[in-house]
Amino acid sequence: VLTRTPGPGPAAVAEAAPFSILFPDPEAVPPASGRGWPTEVTDLNLDQVFDAIAESRREYALAPFLGAPLPDAASVAYRQAVFADLESGLAPPIEEFAARMRTLRSHLAAAAQRRHRYERASWFLGAGRVYCEALTALGDALDAAAPASEGLRRCRAYLTGLAGGSEFAGLRAETARLTRELGDLRYCVRWDGGRVSVSNYRDEPDYSAEVLATFEKFRVAEAQPHLVTFRHDFQNHVQEQIVDRLALLHPDLFRALLEYADRYAHLVDPLISRFDREVQLYLGYLSYVEPLRGAGLPFCHPEIDGASREVSARDTFDLALASKLVAEGRPVVLNDIQLGGPERIAVVSGPNQGGKTTFARTFGQLHHLAALGFPTPGTGARLPLADRVLTHFARPEQVEDLHSGLEAELLRVREMLAAASPRSVMVMNESFAGTTSDDQLFLGREVIGRLIDMDALAVYVTFIDELSRLGPSVVSMMSTVVAENPEQRTFKVVRQPADGRAHAMVLARAHRLSYEAITERVRP
Amino acid sequence: MRVLLLHADRNFDGAAAPPPGAQDLVQDLGLDRLFQVMARGDEVVDRAARAALLGGLGSVEAIRYRQRALADAIEHPEMVHGLYRLAGETLGEERKLWSWFGRTPELDLHHGIDVMELLVRKLRSLRQTAAENVDRCGSPAFRNLFSVLLDELGDAYFAEILAHLRRLRFPDGVLVSAGLGDGNAATDFVLRRPLLDSRGWWERLRSRGDPRLRFEIHPRDDAGHQAIAEARARGINLVADALARSSQHVLGFFSQLRSELAFLVGCLNLREALEGRGCALTMPEPEPGALRGLSATGLYDAVLALAMPTAVVANDLAASGRSVVLITGANRGGKSTFLRSVGIAQLMMQAGMFVPAAAYSAGLASGVFTHFGRGEDETMAHGKLDEELDRMSEIVGRIRPGGMLLCNESFASTNEREAAEIGDQVFRALIDSEVRVLLVTHTYELARRLAGHEAGGVLSLRAERLADGTRTFRVREGAALPTSHGRDVFNEVFGAR
Repeated sequence: VLTRTPGPGPAAVAEAAPFSILFPDPEAVPPASGRGWPTEVTDLNLDQVFDAIAESRREYALAPFLGAPLPDAASVAYRQAVFADLESGLAPPIEEFAARMRTLRSHLAAAAQRRHRYERASWFLGAGRVYCEALTALGDALDAAAPASEGLRRCRAYLTGLAGGSEFAGLRAETARLTRELGDLRYCVRWDGGRVSVSNYRDEPDYSAEVLATFEKFRVAEAQPHLVTFRHDFQNHVQEQIVDRLALLHPDLFRALLEYADRYAHLVDPLISRFDREVQLYLGYLSYVEPLRGAGLPFCHPEIDGASREVSARDTFDLALASKLVAEGRPVVLNDIQLGGPERIAVVSGPNQGGKTTFARTFGQLHHLAALGFPTPGTGARLPLADRVLTHFARPEQVEDLHSGLEAELLRVREMLAAASPRSVMVMNESFAGTTSDDQLFLGREVIGRLIDMDALAVYVTFIDELSRLGPSVVSMMSTVVAENPEQRTFKVVRQPADGRAHAMVLARAHRLSYEAITERVRP
Repeated sequence: MRVLLLHADRNFDGAAAPPPGAQDLVQDLGLDRLFQVMARGDEVVDRAARAALLGGLGSVEAIRYRQRALADAIEHPEMVHGLYRLAGETLGEERKLWSWFGRTPELDLHHGIDVMELLVRKLRSLRQTAAENVDRCGSPAFRNLFSVLLDELGDAYFAEILAHLRRLRFPDGVLVSAGLGDGNAATDFVLRRPLLDSRGWWERLRSRGDPRLRFEIHPRDDAGHQAIAEARARGINLVADALARSSQHVLGFFSQLRSELAFLVGCLNLREALEGRGCALTMPEPEPGALRGLSATGLYDAVLALAMPTAVVANDLAASGRSVVLITGANRGGKSTFLRSVGIAQLMMQAGMFVPAAAYSAGLASGVFTHFGRGEDETMAHGKLDEELDRMSEIVGRIRPGGMLLCNESFASTNEREAAEIGDQVFRALIDSEVRVLLVTHTYELARRLAGHEAGGVLSLRAERLADGTRTFRVREGAALPTSHGRDVFNEVFGAR
């Protein structure tokens, strides 16, 4: 990739090898970009999350990564470790790195378009400066943080190798010198009618400051700035003529600038470009969940156990819904999920609008996000690694013609069951809701029976209570309401309904007006 | 240079947004009427009055400072009105100079010069007023303001301003310094004052230097002339901005002066209205320590007094050392009016004003809050318990130890047992958190419970009702009685049997 000065030993050289920040295998071929999201992603409303991430970072083409669960626990662990490093302070410096790389690309684009030789050269110098800053700052940040993850350690080793090379050292020194000397250049222009004269700056005083100083004694607050903003830089053929005069005043400096542009026309290392793209998957997800964390919502790194079938998650929630609620300043209800021992299937029933569908989505999202190596909503989770999350959601538009609608639904169910492996997770939401309750009971028994036979993990949302009593692998869960006020939904889904208290005190407590709450709130 | 008429150490914010919950305070105490009388249709006075009354002062010294400024204003009303007019005229004339012919730095500069010329004239008048009044005033507020004006606005200062206004016409072209940015764009434009050249004419001519460093734009190069105009504009931009900001600073001073005077003007207006009705006013005695002092003689509801053609009933209050004042008794017996009179007097005292009483002294509250049952309000249907609890919870979120809470029939929207249960819980917690509670209630059960909890710290008052059922609208010491007197009112309305 590049020539290095002889390293301290064979180990160091081996470390500075090609790498991918997303996959432990540096030769891994990134998934091809498909057309649109798979059904399960849209059913789980993860398309809202993924679109937001992909759209906010469009130039990096992240969509293919978001639809592709990882094949093994080691790959998940590789990403989780990178996330852990980023969450403990490395995300900001890498965002800075990315911002610099974007600036770099725009400088190179500008250089490609210009014809005035000093201007072209100046854009190349800008690109070189930003590149040096990007690599140096990233290298420093990685050295300071000493990341624990394999991915970022490989990145660090690679950068160390790059920075130790003579080519980079030369680039850095020449860039710094030219940048400093051009940046320090100050000149004066007198504009008098159509006459323009250029001279060196000789400490003429700032006249605006003198005017301000006269009236400083009246200053109460900072005044509104009253500047007219100029939308573009002052860069035109008059400025070109001025720069040509500056080149007469400083001939050596401007000659060096032209030589620089010739020498460093191609400066970006291809593996640095790859890192720049791939690391955006992490940053995109982290900045998506940032406002949620800011609102106090928990995220965790799930323990992934390829062998176990246990599902356990505390204080988890629907990521897409939570984003909306947090944006509107509304509270988010947290739920626990627990399937242990022989339990495989959560059958969720209970009052309407009580959070059943949300719970089902939460369950599905959890497995998909975990299989991408992402931090998941909740204070803690233990999950098996799902090879795929499969969904079956009622499609209201297909319910018009009952017979063909049901047929289409059943075809989809059959398709889903056929696609499922023992490592798949299934989410069924109000399937067969368009049929009679007898039918729903019958069909539900049949489908759940097959799920039991497959030993698959699943959530099944239904109105039919009986479906929650189909054996030891089935767990009954209920959406709940406040006992005193059945109209009020809690969106909490639990194994048992909550019990109530006296109305007035419940109200007072709900308004945080109990004795304890008040004495706690009224403090100096 | 600061005005400092209303605070010794900071500017009065005459446009302060009302603190959260102020709307309830205004509605419950009927303060809109008070503001109306203070403002007499002047919005600036209205805003200043609201800001001062709703955002009270925090220390005895701050109150005394403002009381002394107000005493000067009462003694020299023509001076206060004259200064207020000068400030208002300045701000009004400046607004008239503003034109909307688009914005360019050159137009901004000319506008800035016009405004500055106006301000120089007004500053001279201000200086004149200061010279005439500095020795007539006794308050530190007015004396300091006038001496600062005399010190700062001397003849040399006016000469300095006029020199700037001449130079800003740029007879010799515009000199701008710059640096190089990305792509060699010119950056960091700074307008420079050319150095005075002490050399002879021959050296100056020679020093015009290398002719290769000069060039001229061809008369038909339109883009080139545009670029020149832009460069000139970028240079002038900064000084036009400096001039505009300077004008803003001077205008800000006038605006600050106007808003501080506006409050004093409002006080003068209110005083005139109340004294015209023969009502007594007094400068109150603020005391440190919120829960200690609270006593008054001849205390009346100023808002009611402004609305009634006849004299209103005044009451005495001796609640020093008591953290709870329980007011019970006959319906329509003057309980709410009494409660309001305390709230209004407390707010006025904390704004540094005179108060509607013969004498008033009280500790400084960390905040005054009202929680009035909206059931009494004729414009609204019976409030729901939920809404009342909501309001109470908001108050709890804002009130701090040392606060004063005025409650009028809180939780009356539910049944007596429930109201007592919730009220007991809420008020006991507030009292234990060092909040002073003045509570009008006809819930005997609640009054009995609170009186029991807080023996010694409770002052129980009862609206007076004579043996024949007549109400005197006086509130006297007396424990709650188990029944209210709704029957009397009923009889009054429907006629006794």
